[in-house]
Amino acid sequence: MQVIKNQQLIDNHWTFLTDDAPLVAGNISVSFARFQQEKAQLVAHNGNLGVRISPTNAVSELVADLPQLALVELDFSDFADGRSFSQAYFLRNRYGFEGEIRAIGSYLADQAFYLSRVGVNAFSADNLPQTQATLNDFTVFYQ
Amino acid sequence: MYQYNHNDQILIEERVAQFRRQTEQFLKGEISEDGYRALRLRNGVYIQTHAPMLRVAVPYGVLNTKQLHKLAHIARTYDKNYCHITTRQNVQFNWPKLEQIPDILAELAEVQMHAIQTSGNCMRNTTSDHLAGVGIDEIEDSRPYCELIRQWTTLHPEFDYLPRKFKIAVSGSLNDRAATQFHDIGLHLVTNDAGEIGFKVLVGGGLGRTPVIGQVIKPFLDKKHILSYLEATLRIYNLFGRRDNKYKARIKILVRETGLEKFSKLVDAEWALIRDGLEVSEARFDAMKAHFEPLNYDKKAAENITFARYKKENKAFETWVSYNTLEHKIDGYRVVFLSLKAPDTPPGDLTAEQLDAIADLAEIYSFGEVRSTHRQNLVFADVKQADLFQLWQLLSVEKLATPNIGTATDMICCPGLDFCSLANAGSIGIAKEINELLEDLDYLHDIGDVNINMSGCMNGCAHQSVGHIGILGVDKKGVEWYQLTLGGSSANEAAIGERLGRALPKNEITQAVGTILEVYIQQRLEEESFLDTVKRVGMEPFQEKVYASH
Ligand code: HEM
Ligand code: SF4
Repeated sequence: MQVIKNQQLIDNHWTFLTDDAPLVAGNISVSFARFQQEKAQLVAHNGNLGVRISPTNAVSELVADLPQLALVELDFSDFADGRSFSQAYFLRNRYGFEGEIRAIGSYLADQAFYLSRVGVNAFSADNLPQTQATLNDFTVFYQ
Repeated sequence: MYQYNHNDQILIEERVAQFRRQTEQFLKGEISEDGYRALRLRNGVYIQTHAPMLRVAVPYGVLNTKQLHKLAHIARTYDKNYCHITTRQNVQFNWPKLEQIPDILAELAEVQMHAIQTSGNCMRNTTSDHLAGVGIDEIEDSRPYCELIRQWTTLHPEFDYLPRKFKIAVSGSLNDRAATQFHDIGLHLVTNDAGEIGFKVLVGGGLGRTPVIGQVIKPFLDKKHILSYLEATLRIYNLFGRRDNKYKARIKILVRETGLEKFSKLVDAEWALIRDGLEVSEARFDAMKAHFEPLNYDKKAAENITFARYKKENKAFETWVSYNTLEHKIDGYRVVFLSLKAPDTPPGDLTAEQLDAIADLAEIYSFGEVRSTHRQNLVFADVKQADLFQLWQLLSVEKLATPNIGTATDMICCPGLDFCSLANAGSIGIAKEINELLEDLDYLHDIGDVNINMSGCMNGCAHQSVGHIGILGVDKKGVEWYQLTLGGSSANEAAIGERLGRALPKNEITQAVGTILEVYIQQRLEEESFLDTVKRVGMEPFQEKVYASH
């Protein structure tokens, strides 16, 4: 599987573990709930760690843990739920997170440009070329 | 008016290219129905009963002649030769073909127009006072601030997928002509004790199904903080506004459910973290204001004497002057209203020929600028009194001089059953009947200042809940019925109309309006306005007569 990262198509190096899947070595991401419950083991595991959050999770609860994280995935279940845009803003601008922020799930390819403007730098999607193309839709903006 | 720079122009052209690509992909099945719906709405495209509808943004209601000619061209080429002015100062086309909309948008971009964010759950076109810069009750010209807000709201990456639509209106005058108390955010330019200009900020107003009057959240906001305060408010709304029920998703519900005080604290906490980084500098304000410098007015305009003479000699002209023109800041100039409420046309409609004629007249008589109003009329803001007599005759030829501004036939009316798939009842037909009922100009003028607002359903596109007389189409088993309200207002003394009584069938509604006006005439004291009379005498005298025969 491939993803877009920093405007480039690259191979995906991350595996998402469902809440009941056993911990494995390597780059893994887990749900916000699992992260809250098993923080110590997860941080200690052999490999990088990511967290998958939904629009209802409060990103402020992640602030203290951000130095341990290499990835935050913003999981869209509905493209119309714009809270993820503010979550990305908080992570990147307010909390200074420097790792990967990846959009996943059912967002629209045509939202990728706005997402990139609020701090998302990676995209997982079925239609990667279409998504990648939209990243250059605008060369100017006001904000 | 504001002149686009290179980047402003690039932005709208890139937007056209983007929408053209999106539309092509949709037509090839590469974008889902739901996805394309969200994208087209953010470009002003609704799908209606008969055809798509395109809503074009007119930022704070200001248009130049080149733009008017372009609108005429679009009406002729892509539509059925007419367009419609909306209650938020925009322009709508009712019959474009979906495949042609990218071409229409490209044509609009040639004259610095667009349809960005004129629908959908995002920040909409910022509206304002049609008398900005010329009104005698002005504190400060609102247009530079509107333009600043227009730019900030345009393609804002974080706030394009809000819980619901979000509307901002700005007033710079003592009298609110922009219905700011019924906007998600209403901004009033005010002066503090130190004589500095800032904003009184209102939040949580709105019409539609649940009309709510906005509440003051900041009595005085230093103007340099305007963008940071808007951003903080929008962020709180984006995060906490309800997304589970579209009828509860507007900011008015969030403010109500959270409580103003708590909501205000949330905003303040966010604002404190961003305000220093987002200050608007004096230089930036000055640059914006430079686009709206006072025009090159004729200093001797007031010396003209023919105006007074024509008024004396010509009764019809005098009547038009007193109803369709207003005093101007500059002596010797007047503000002229073009009535889009001629008796035999749907309120707010304009033909391509009228648009061209208006553009030509504006070029000659009003510095090439025209404004649209919240009550669906047009304004020439800067006409020399010496020119009024001639202009009146020319406007009369175009059927734009019906002397009814502010009167009962200056109705706001939605498309209703004729064009709208959501309608319960017709409204254009009733407007026509009311016009026939009030045909006698002397009677109409005797009634005076009455706003009749009529919507075909609960969505309230025509703001019936704030009409002095509100008419709302309701559905009773597929039959058209109408609910009347009295006493609403969107001006300074904002009020939501009170229900008169049970709904009336279609064949009784016009007569009921006639009866209400008769009761007013009987009940009023001297110069008392309709609204004041309703306030004083209450609903009973009206109920008694309207429901008497039943
Ligand atoms: C042609 C068919 C039209 C349809 C199907 C339509 C549909 C709607 C709907 C569903 C709403 C409710 C949105 C909400 O509750 O938030 C609404 C609100 C509104 N419409 Fe329309 N509309 C139409 C035409 C117009 C026209 C011609 C105007 C201008 C005169 C207009 C002005 C408005 C305004 C100002 C609101 C907002 C009221 C508020 O502040 O909440 N609409 N419309
Ligand atoms: S008020 Fe209702 S009937 Fe009238 S245009 Fe709006 S949605 Fe349609």
